[in-house]
Amino acid sequence: MTMLRTRIIPALLLRDESLVKTVRFGKFTYVGDPANTVRIFNELEVDELLFLDITASREQRGPNLKVLADIANECFMPLGYGGGIRSLDQAKAVFDIGFEKVAINASAAYNPTLINQISSHYGSQAVIASIDVKVGLFGKQTVRTLGGKRNTQRDPVAWAREVERLGAGEILLTSVDREGTWEGFDLDLVRRVTDAVSIPVIAHGGAGTVDHIAQVVKQANASAVALGSMVVFQKKGMGVLVNFPNLEKLEEILK
Amino acid sequence: MITIVNYGMGNLGSMLNMFKRIGVNARIESDPAVIQQAQKLVLPGVGAFDTAMNCINTVPGLREVLDHKALVEKAPILGVCLGMQLLTGSSEEGTIPGLNWIPGKTARFPKQDGLKVPHMGWNVAQSNSPSLLTMQVGEAPRYYFVHSYCVHVDDPAHSIMRTHYGIDFDSAIGRDNIYGVQFHPEKSHRFGMQVLKNFAEI
Repeated sequence: MTMLRTRIIPALLLRDESLVKTVRFGKFTYVGDPANTVRIFNELEVDELLFLDITASREQRGPNLKVLADIANECFMPLGYGGGIRSLDQAKAVFDIGFEKVAINASAAYNPTLINQISSHYGSQAVIASIDVKVGLFGKQTVRTLGGKRNTQRDPVAWAREVERLGAGEILLTSVDREGTWEGFDLDLVRRVTDAVSIPVIAHGGAGTVDHIAQVVKQANASAVALGSMVVFQKKGMGVLVNFPNLEKLEEILK
Repeated sequence: MITIVNYGMGNLGSMLNMFKRIGVNARIESDPAVIQQAQKLVLPGVGAFDTAMNCINTVPGLREVLDHKALVEKAPILGVCLGMQLLTGSSEEGTIPGLNWIPGKTARFPKQDGLKVPHMGWNVAQSNSPSLLTMQVGEAPRYYFVHSYCVHVDDPAHSIMRTHYGIDFDSAIGRDNIYGVQFHPEKSHRFGMQVLKNFAEI
């Protein structure tokens, strides 16, 4: 069998025109200016970048195309964007700027045909279904939207199967409970989803060490890993430092 | 000046961004009359083989201009991703013949356990035969790929680089003035930048 390099993807959060980092989708810390930050990731030659506008859907607005254009002008790697995309036209505007993937979350939950529309026009590889999962009362994990605030009552595994059927090319699976905590991925959640679908699953939420990355790839079959805090802070509780895990070390442990 | 052919398929903004970064004049053009004046062409493409060939065949004058550029004027042409597959004679993805500028065929990745299709992500390319297109790319450069079909050229001399994903396939091809790359050079950091720089200097 042939293995591709596991993609390690910085997931960067846009709030207004700044990058921020959150803990469990709250507690915002300012990280920096998007264009300056992506310039550093470009120098570091990261595999791919994912931008999530965390307030677009809540504010019922579309993508901030100006910020995205600034980013695309600096980046020579695959780029994904999620946040506030409600129509094929909005997705097209993001593609035209130079992004090749859009992540759909809230709109997918309320208008599932959008995934299908975008994937039939641009191919399934252009559509990431973003699934945010949070434990609710009584310990049950359900799919959330609008920055974790709205509970769709959907089961994550059933919803993952559904977005695959609708034509999503990959799934960004975020554990809201682990996000920003540095405590490691929710391996059980990731494993249940990777067992249920055949499209690639990007595990997101909880990475704190290189070992966490190895665990979620080897034990939970994640195809790719999204990193938040690890790539924008020096260490847990310390200041901002845009960085990326050592590639040789990563390749060694992912072997 | 490089002319990026806009026939309605593909991610043109990022290609333009990359040329801007390396200081090469480039423009996006869809009018066959203007394309006729071009010195160098990039044929991009994302999507389905038949849809792309239909677009090329139905825009009045476009197919003739492209054939003339490639085969008579021998202007340097670079097909990217689907744009490279179009250079072959046929694809298992569709029924419409390709441009057939480089003899070969485009085939689906064989079904194999654990082999996810599309082939999406970074992979290395091994040099197969020396070419102006791949000067100074270094040992085993890595590139970003997204594709479900792959090219096998008939004549090994037309294979510039090969990549392994389940099977070996041609990831960069060339015949005289005509070149193709399966990966996205505009999304492949300095590795892709070098390929586009080389193409700009051919």
